[in-house]
Amino acid sequence: MTTAPPVLEVRGITKRFPGVLANDNINLTLRQGQVLGLLGENGAGKSTLMNMIYGLYKPDEGEILVNGEPVEISGSKDAIELGIGMVHQHFQLVDVLTVTENVMLGNESVSGPFLRRDRARRDIQDLSREYGLDVNPDALISDLPVGIQQRVEIIKALYRHADILILDEPTAVLTPQETRGLFKIMRTLLDKGVSIIFISHKLKEVLEICDEVVVLRRGAVAGHADPKQSTEQSLASLMVGRDVILEVDKAAATPGDEILNVVNLHAHDDRGLPAVEGVSFGLQRGEILGIAGVQGNGQTELVEALTGMRPVLSGRFFIKGQDMTGASTRKVTESGVGHVPEDRQRDGLVASFTVMHNLVLSTYYKDAFSKAIVVDDRAIAENARALVERYDVRPPIINNIASGLSGGNQQKVIVAREFSRDVELLIASQPTRGLDVGSIEFIHRQIIRMRDAGAGILLVSSELDEVLSLADRVAVMFEGEIIDIMPIEAAYRDTVGLRMAGVREGSQMAVEA
Amino acid sequence: MAAAIKPKSTRRPAFKVTRKRIIALLLLVLGIFIFVEAGGLDSELITTLTFESTSLGQEPTVGNIPVPTSAYLLLIGLLFIVSGGLNLLDLRDARPRRVSLALLALCGVLFIPTVIIAAAAGNETNLTTIVAESLRLATPLAIGAFAGIWCERAGVVNIAIEGMMLFAACFGFTTLFFLRGTALPLETAQLLAVIIAVLAGGLIALLHGWLSITFRTDQIVSGTVINILAVGVTSFVRREYLLSTEAGAAKLGNFAIPILSDLPVIGEAIFTNQPIFFLMFVMLAFTHIVMFYTRWGLRTRAVGEHPHAADTLGINVNRTRWINVCISGMIAGLAGAWFSLEATGSFNDGMTRGAGFIALAAMIFGKWTPIGAFGAALLFGFSDSLGIRLQMVGVGFPVQFLQMVPYAVTLVVLAGFIGRASPPKAVGQPYVKE
Repeated sequence: MTTAPPVLEVRGITKRFPGVLANDNINLTLRQGQVLGLLGENGAGKSTLMNMIYGLYKPDEGEILVNGEPVEISGSKDAIELGIGMVHQHFQLVDVLTVTENVMLGNESVSGPFLRRDRARRDIQDLSREYGLDVNPDALISDLPVGIQQRVEIIKALYRHADILILDEPTAVLTPQETRGLFKIMRTLLDKGVSIIFISHKLKEVLEICDEVVVLRRGAVAGHADPKQSTEQSLASLMVGRDVILEVDKAAATPGDEILNVVNLHAHDDRGLPAVEGVSFGLQRGEILGIAGVQGNGQTELVEALTGMRPVLSGRFFIKGQDMTGASTRKVTESGVGHVPEDRQRDGLVASFTVMHNLVLSTYYKDAFSKAIVVDDRAIAENARALVERYDVRPPIINNIASGLSGGNQQKVIVAREFSRDVELLIASQPTRGLDVGSIEFIHRQIIRMRDAGAGILLVSSELDEVLSLADRVAVMFEGEIIDIMPIEAAYRDTVGLRMAGVREGSQMAVEA
Repeated sequence: MAAAIKPKSTRRPAFKVTRKRIIALLLLVLGIFIFVEAGGLDSELITTLTFESTSLGQEPTVGNIPVPTSAYLLLIGLLFIVSGGLNLLDLRDARPRRVSLALLALCGVLFIPTVIIAAAAGNETNLTTIVAESLRLATPLAIGAFAGIWCERAGVVNIAIEGMMLFAACFGFTTLFFLRGTALPLETAQLLAVIIAVLAGGLIALLHGWLSITFRTDQIVSGTVINILAVGVTSFVRREYLLSTEAGAAKLGNFAIPILSDLPVIGEAIFTNQPIFFLMFVMLAFTHIVMFYTRWGLRTRAVGEHPHAADTLGINVNRTRWINVCISGMIAGLAGAWFSLEATGSFNDGMTRGAGFIALAAMIFGKWTPIGAFGAALLFGFSDSLGIRLQMVGVGFPVQFLQMVPYAVTLVVLAGFIGRASPPKAVGQPYVKE
């Protein structure tokens, strides 16, 4: 296997940013027709390294070899000419242009100054057929689901004759079914001689698709691994540098009385279109109800409606038996609801405030923190010092501005604020999005602790693994409705995955998978 | 939960206030107003529409059309009431729905003729002149709007069009003024003056690009600086060099387009005209073709929407923006030349009178497309020409109210039917390569 010739080699690459050593003497080799997995926590230096290979940064030391020849890559143009293509984590597609226009952009087929859309369209159709990348060349990008947009990104690279493809966290936005589709496409690409660098923090996927894995930690190569002889556990330890408990360790739930009851709830999204269409469910104390579903199927709007952030069109919901439909956010909060919002930068924190002030955003007006109309900064600081310690916010400096913290530590601030109150109902939306294994482990443990203390927990996550490992019951949301609720024992990965794709129970499509 | 296919709930709220219903209500009220007012008119009143060409002393080539004012208005009022009522009901079935929408469109189309007929009640009004005047007055607005499109499609806000126009008007005229005394023939001097005006616009655009692209100043601030600078510099130039002597020069001469100018009626009124007027059409075609059919246009639009995506494909974002800003400035310069060289043959302080801002409004009304912007500019031009005509004819109430009508219509039409205009997504954001 390792006899295939190397197509891309990185030798001794070092990159410094002011105050940070982003990449430290990194070596790696990508061989023809193989998949090289690149694993690492947030900030481990994966993106920096890839951006250097794609010419967006310049390395301070070291060299890059393509097909055995040292090359100078000083821009994405150079990378493209060397046959390197990159599918960025955030798709680099222009929404208002068609597939054809996006693919040809920067590499247009023209006669004179005029575009030859017909020629580009034909090329795209040829590529579609050759690699099994089904896509309509005339569709507008904004009309396409993310899975198809990703295909457009791959076609973009192939259109430029890329034979080295960098996929940056390609599965982060996909359903399990779409991920399987992507793997099928990747295998076709490998058969045609394309070599792939696959970046991910999902250990399962790395083990499945990669021929070799390189693990980065704090900017340096922490180790190489052969997927055939590795386990998720061993990769995770290599990544974090200590043993990590991947399986969430929890006892069986002991549900108590009902804390949240939702009856036929309807709500609109920001554009005024129906987003939540008749959702009903109940949640008991001491259990975790996980809501699975692909992003954008009404979960955001459901959570916002339940926390008083979005008007309810019809239907009602009851917290502790009290009708809270249409109640203000503060009233909901004061009834014992904790909320970890989906978008922590926008709804979870005031980015320009200090850590200590962010820690009292929902309680600053209480007697403990303010006297008459004056806030008591000394009490707030005391509170903050205790929470920063208990929730392990790093660095533990309460006067830091929140925007200066890493994503994981910002999330810890929110968790500290919400979990430290007397919370009986916790609504947590994407609580671990974009966090690394260590922080995920910490937050999961806190959620279980809350549950065991008798709180009811509504966990919304588009990360299927997270739902399956934490929840006691699993609900699947699709196009604004909850199309199935099942106990965790009956929630098989495949079944839930199908539900997420909109396949209902008893439907014929279930046969395919 | 067991049902494989659950029909989506088709509940309909009892009555919902939608955008369409608000428009329908407006139409209904307007229709009743017209109906009542028309009922009170003398039924003998007749509006005569004529189609003479502009030059006097010629025999009318096409006959007059007499329109009985009150009968026509009653009919229109009725149409508005029916259409408004139907749309207020917002029928769900396909056929009545189509009929009501068609009626709505008809109301829109008939609106402007109605304004003309109502305003000129009992008088004669020359349609050809109104059309030709609208086009003429729309010239700087349309060209200014094209200038805006070039800039904003690439992601740079250009509120400096007003200032660029003023600079161009001033320096174009100054050039002509100083060349007057030399041996150069008038046409050559005028041509040079127009070229200088265009270059002056481009030069100011360099300043805009320098501030907003290179130094990443806020683009609105940069534009405002230019607008303020333009007022100061041009009035200084006028006071210092133009005021002391007799400051007036020949306007740009008329051109007759071969063949087309021989057409009856419009040949004289439209196809025999001044050069910048014709250039408006050239710029319309040029902007449309470049933006939507060429490589440059595709790249420009990509840079204005998602510069980082363009960058990853090897497109130089800031270079693309620089070039577009310069072209924008030169086009704005052409619009500026219209004021001093084509329309008046003189230069006055602040003679652009906010046309640059109206051009921007036209660009936005036209949703950043050349054809849409041209249509919007025509509407504004029509409003201006209506005001001028009616002042000459003399109507019984303040002309300003009628002048207002096209703007009000535009607002209603835009709010009601076309919806929110969405600018290029990256407009106003300087691009920083990481």
